[in-house]
Amino acid sequence: MSNFHIQETPEVFDVIIVGSGAGGGMAAYQLSKAGAKVCLLEAGGYYDPADPKYITQLKFPWESPRRGASTTRPFGDFDAAWGGWQLEGEPYSAAPGTEFHWFRSRMLGGRTNHWGRISLRFGPDDFRRGTLTGIGDDWPITYDDVAPYYDKVDKLIGIFGSKEGLRNEPDGHFLPAPKPRLHELMLKKAGKNLGIPVIPSRLSILTKKINDERGQCFYCSQCGRACQVYADFSSSSCLCKPAVKTGNTRLINGAMVREVLTDQKTGLCTGVSYVDTATLQERTVRGKIVVLAASSCESARLLLNSKSARFPNGLANSSGVIGKYLNDSTGASRSAFIPALMNRKRYNEDGVGGMHVYTPWWLDNKKLDFPRGYHIEYGGGMGMPMYGYGMGIHGMNGKYAYTDGKSLPSGGYGSRLKEDARRFYGAYVGMAGRGEPIPLESNYCEIDPNNVDKYGIPTLRFHYKWSENEVKQAQHMQDTFEEMIHEMGGIALGNKPGKEQNYGLEAPGKIIHEIGTVRMGSDPKKSALNSFMQGHDVKNLFVVDAAPFVTQGDKNVTWTILAMSMRTSDYIIDQVKQKNL
Amino acid sequence: MKRRDTLKSIALGSLGMATVPSTDLVAAPPEKPLPIPGGRQKSEAIRDAKLMAEKFFTPHELKTITVLCDIILPADQKSGSASQAGVPAFIEFMAKDQPVHQTPLRGGLAWLDSESRKRFNKKFVELTKPQQIEIVDDIAYPEQAKPQYSQGVAFFNKMRDMTLTGFYTTRMGFDDLGYVGNTPNNWEGVPEEVLKQYGLSYE
Ligand SMILES: Cc1cc2nc3c(=O)[nH]c(=O)nc-3n(C[C@H](O)[C@H](O)[C@H](O)COP(=O)(O)OP(=O)(O)OC[C@H]3O[C@@H](n4cnc5c(N)ncnc54)[C@H](O)[C@@H]3O)c2cc1C
Ligand code: SF4
Repeated sequence: MSNFHIQETPEVFDVIIVGSGAGGGMAAYQLSKAGAKVCLLEAGGYYDPADPKYITQLKFPWESPRRGASTTRPFGDFDAAWGGWQLEGEPYSAAPGTEFHWFRSRMLGGRTNHWGRISLRFGPDDFRRGTLTGIGDDWPITYDDVAPYYDKVDKLIGIFGSKEGLRNEPDGHFLPAPKPRLHELMLKKAGKNLGIPVIPSRLSILTKKINDERGQCFYCSQCGRACQVYADFSSSSCLCKPAVKTGNTRLINGAMVREVLTDQKTGLCTGVSYVDTATLQERTVRGKIVVLAASSCESARLLLNSKSARFPNGLANSSGVIGKYLNDSTGASRSAFIPALMNRKRYNEDGVGGMHVYTPWWLDNKKLDFPRGYHIEYGGGMGMPMYGYGMGIHGMNGKYAYTDGKSLPSGGYGSRLKEDARRFYGAYVGMAGRGEPIPLESNYCEIDPNNVDKYGIPTLRFHYKWSENEVKQAQHMQDTFEEMIHEMGGIALGNKPGKEQNYGLEAPGKIIHEIGTVRMGSDPKKSALNSFMQGHDVKNLFVVDAAPFVTQGDKNVTWTILAMSMRTSDYIIDQVKQKNL
Repeated sequence: MKRRDTLKSIALGSLGMATVPSTDLVAAPPEKPLPIPGGRQKSEAIRDAKLMAEKFFTPHELKTITVLCDIILPADQKSGSASQAGVPAFIEFMAKDQPVHQTPLRGGLAWLDSESRKRFNKKFVELTKPQQIEIVDDIAYPEQAKPQYSQGVAFFNKMRDMTLTGFYTTRMGFDDLGYVGNTPNNWEGVPEEVLKQYGLSYE
């Protein structure tokens, strides 16, 4: 009927939160527990991994006609991501000669439904790399400011790990870590011989029950499919639903926020406008405080699109910094065949959804030709065969004799091929480096002057190039991988990527740890947000995803998003109490 | 559903024929609601149903695929053959799901028939087993194959890949491999005898 009429919700909320991922879920949880009336706007649909409608956990490959291939979902049919690097009707672009890949999930909980659950807190050095190395910037806060929140997040959400006493890999409140798998014991031994630490991983998975709402891990190795007993952390299950349960959070799914609305006189936020994705109706919600948590690039996009006479560069952007300093983790990988693992004994080796051991950064960059470190994640074992299993066997089977001592030329067919599939099963390891990049002003996203998405919202255009620092770091990763593989008695697969391939350095955005686009800092001329992630220009505006982060360490950032969002939520509560907001 | 409702209200309202049952006027084909399998999004279920209803390979092509699959993975003491595990239907689906496979597969099958005709004046499926194997042996070993068979080698590599994946992602394949996971479990570490075998320990 009245399609062109903008519908306004009469209620004025205490807080409007945009996005229900790690940052938004935590803010909704913390604020609604404190009694605030919250409106949580999520562009994607409702999702609950315990509802048979959505369950993919424990399904077998033959329950997918493509056996789990990644035709429609980048991590396969059973992955719990409704999204990917490309979304129908929601394009983005990159300036010629530059590259950025933007992964989005449109669902309650965002990308925390299928993330890797690797939950690393930053160490003291990670907040002050600028001072320590003379390259890059410090955070406006220190580890001590965040540590109490890391502690609270550990206890609220649950994480396993081991006390190691490493200075820049601070220990948390850990549940027991699962024992290493066979290949992980081999990695550990190899690391020991080489002086490379291989320690229990730190994942937000409940190896012990922590409350009545969530179950205990039953070792199916499928956290990427999201856990039906909520034994892994997802914002949807562990934060958003409890927030709604308080009665204080109103969740609206299918609400694609277009812009933040402001009062031109006071310069304060008054609410947001959004598109109802089902009806394409335009709606507004009013609130006293606006908290953005739409993920780093999307929050920058929202602010840049919230232009007005008073804020001609976009909201909270008098510094002009919004969009700049975009950075993603570096990443490079290698895999190997371990002949000693051929024809191995079978048993259920699924374990938790992810690695049981990893290598934290162990070297001193002062003695290296690149300024920042990386950690190494490991894969391998007798996992569930999915689409891709056995492919490329003709590159392998001719090289190794059968148990009866016979050899055949590569390729082939027949019962020997079945023997190949059996003997090579579970005899591979993979290693992937994840490193800290130097955030650069010249790596940024901006509003594309020529394009809009299917809702008519102007889209992003990216500008991103790696510098020599990241390339050299990737080179070092490749050398380390080969050392480890060699020490394990393994045979590295494929060719070692050389200089022409940037040593296998993945394209920006591929590691999905993008941060930095709405910088926090103490100087309003150089940053958009203060040290509580509150707008310098607009005091009732907050950003609680990774957009405010100055750097990302080599620590996958989600645990820090959670801690920082909780910290900002507490600050909001305090400021409201003090009547500053 | 929605569309029908609108039509219905037009029929009743604007034409003023409220006494005539609206279904007679509108004659919308009965819509069977598409069943959405658990864990799929609606758009995915629609796409899958559409692909499933389509046919890509001709009966002759599918027959050839079946013969090849069973040469690649025949039944043995441990498990059945590729066709018993439903591999040909899987390859048919993948060709529709990922169209990049279409030309290499269809073209490869045509290459095989043309090679068979050259040698024996028959299509591949009509050859005797030894004749089929004679051709297969020329294209199954990439490092030894003569250069003139390079296209056949590429095709056979693809068939080998698809057959292995199609076979080992079935219950039959799982049992053959001895994969025992994907079920609630309690991980307590590598079994003692395996630790011993590899000279490893948990300290
Ligand atoms: C496969 C994969 C593995 C990963 N593994 C790890 C890991 O092991 N460790 C780690 O630390 N990190 C990991 N990550 C990254 C992690 O998922 C993100 O850091 C984290 O989810 C970011 O949280 P967020 O709240 O900023 O955004 P998101 O989780 O992306 O949530 C943002 C939400 O906002 C919604 N939204 C966006 N725009 C709008 C709009 N305009 N209006 C309304 N709603 C909107 C989105 O639909 C989404 O639900 C992984 C990511 C992927 C994809
Ligand atoms: S590995 Fe554990 S936490 Fe992860 S999905 Fe399986 S049961 Fe749940």
